[in-house]
Amino acid sequence: MREVHRISVTVNGCRVQVPEGSTVSAAMLNAGSAQRISVRGEARGALCGMGICFECRAVVDGVMHRRTCQMVCSEGMTVETQP
Amino acid sequence: MARFDVLVLGGGIVGCACARELTQAGMRVGIVERGVVGGGATAAGMGHVVVMDDSPAQFALTCYSRGLWQDLQSQLPASVEYEARGTIWVAADAEEMLEVHAKQRLYASAHVRSEVLDGLALAAAEPNLRSGLAGGLVVPDDAVCYPPAAAAFFLEQAAHDGAVLLQGGEAVKLEGGKVTLKDGTRHVADRVVVATGADSALLPWLPIQRRKGHLLITDRYPGFVHHQLVELGYLKSAHKLAEDSVAFNVQPRSTGQMLIGSSRQYGDAGPEIDQKIFGAMLERACEYMPGIARLSGIRAWTGFRAATPDKLPLIGPTEDPAVFVAAGFEGLGITNAPGAARLLADQMLGRPTAIDASPFLPECVANFASREIVHA
Repeated sequence: MREVHRISVTVNGCRVQVPEGSTVSAAMLNAGSAQRISVRGEARGALCGMGICFECRAVVDGVMHRRTCQMVCSEGMTVETQP
Repeated sequence: MARFDVLVLGGGIVGCACARELTQAGMRVGIVERGVVGGGATAAGMGHVVVMDDSPAQFALTCYSRGLWQDLQSQLPASVEYEARGTIWVAADAEEMLEVHAKQRLYASAHVRSEVLDGLALAAAEPNLRSGLAGGLVVPDDAVCYPPAAAAFFLEQAAHDGAVLLQGGEAVKLEGGKVTLKDGTRHVADRVVVATGADSALLPWLPIQRRKGHLLITDRYPGFVHHQLVELGYLKSAHKLAEDSVAFNVQPRSTGQMLIGSSRQYGDAGPEIDQKIFGAMLERACEYMPGIARLSGIRAWTGFRAATPDKLPLIGPTEDPAVFVAAGFEGLGITNAPGAARLLADQMLGRPTAIDASPFLPECVANFASREIVHA
C-alpha cells in the first residue's frame, strides 16, 4: 500500500495532522470543529460538499467565507470556525 | 355609507405609516396593495434613518421624522432591526471639511447632535476606511432599520385598530373617493391617499420620475463597518438631476452583513443590473474602503426611487378634496414615513402640524405645473 503523506494544519488553535489532499472541511470535521456559527448561533458544517450550499464557510489563513469543501489543505494552513 | 373613511393606495412603508396614523385618529381605513406589503421601493432601499440638510424643508421633515422614529424605537419588534448606528459623513479633503463644519453648525442650530471628527478620529472610528481622509461628521442618532419589517409593523398596528388590508388588487382608476381595481372591483371612501411611490399612473400630473438605484449585500463580516458611512460628495452627486452618478454609501446590518451603494440613474426603466454603473459604484466604494474588494457579495439588485424636481416629497391634499397624496420621497421614504404620515393625518383632520407642511403640498406643484404650461 502506498504510504500516505501527512501534513499539519492548525484548526482553531490546535495543530492536527491530515492526509495530504484532504479538504479543509474534512480536516475541520475530523477535528470536531464547526465550520461556522449561524446568525442564530447554531454550529454549521459542510452539507452539499460541492461548493453550492455555502454551509461550509470558514476562516482560512485569516480570510473569511472560504468554502472549505472546495479547498485542499496545505502545510501550515490556519483554519478557524467562522463566528 | 362607505365602508371606509379612507382608502390608502399602496402598502409601502409610507402607505402603511399613513394607515397607522389615520386608524389611530379613529378612522376606518382600507389599504390597497397589489403585491406584497413593503415589497416595492421599501424593500429595495437601504433603510437609513437620516437627517438630511439639502434644503430647509427637507431638513425640517427629516429632523421631525427621525424624532418620531426615536419615539417609536422602544415599541419596534426585533425584526425591524432598528439600530442607532449613527451616520458618518466622510470628508475626503480640506474643502469637504469646510462643509463638515458648516453642517455641524446647522445641525447644532436645530439641536441635532453631531460631532466633527478629524482624520485620526475618523480612522479610529472606522479603521477600514482608507488612510488620508480629512475627517467627517458623526451624527450619532441616525439609525438603520429593515424597512419591509417596519412597514409590516405599521400595518400590524393599523390592523390592530381595525384597518383592513385589501391585498392583490391594483387600483387602476381614481375618481374622487371612488377607486376601481384591475379586476373591476370598486371601493368607495370619503378620502383616498395615493401612496403608490414611483408609480404615478393614477395621478399622471404628479411630477414623479423613476430614478434607478443599485445595491449589493455582502456576506457577514461583523465589525468591518460600525456606522452608516456616506461620502460628503454624496450631496453633490445625489443632486445632479440629469446625470447618472455613484457615491460611496455603506451600511452595517445587525447580521454583520453590509449594504453597499449607491447609484442614481434616470431613464433606465429596466430592473436589470447595469454592469457599467454597478461597476463604477463598487469602484467608488473601494476607493474609500479598499478592503471591500476582498469581501464576498452575495446578492445585487435594483430599485426605483420616486424622484421629484425639487427633491421634496408630495404630502397632503390635492385640488380634488377627496384625494390626498403621500409620494415622491426619492431616497428618504424610510426616514420620512412617520413624519409624512403624521403631516398627512394632521392635514386631513384639520389638526395643527408640528412643522410647516406647505413646502410639500401637492397643490402647489399642480399649480406650478399648470403655470409652466401656460408660459411655455
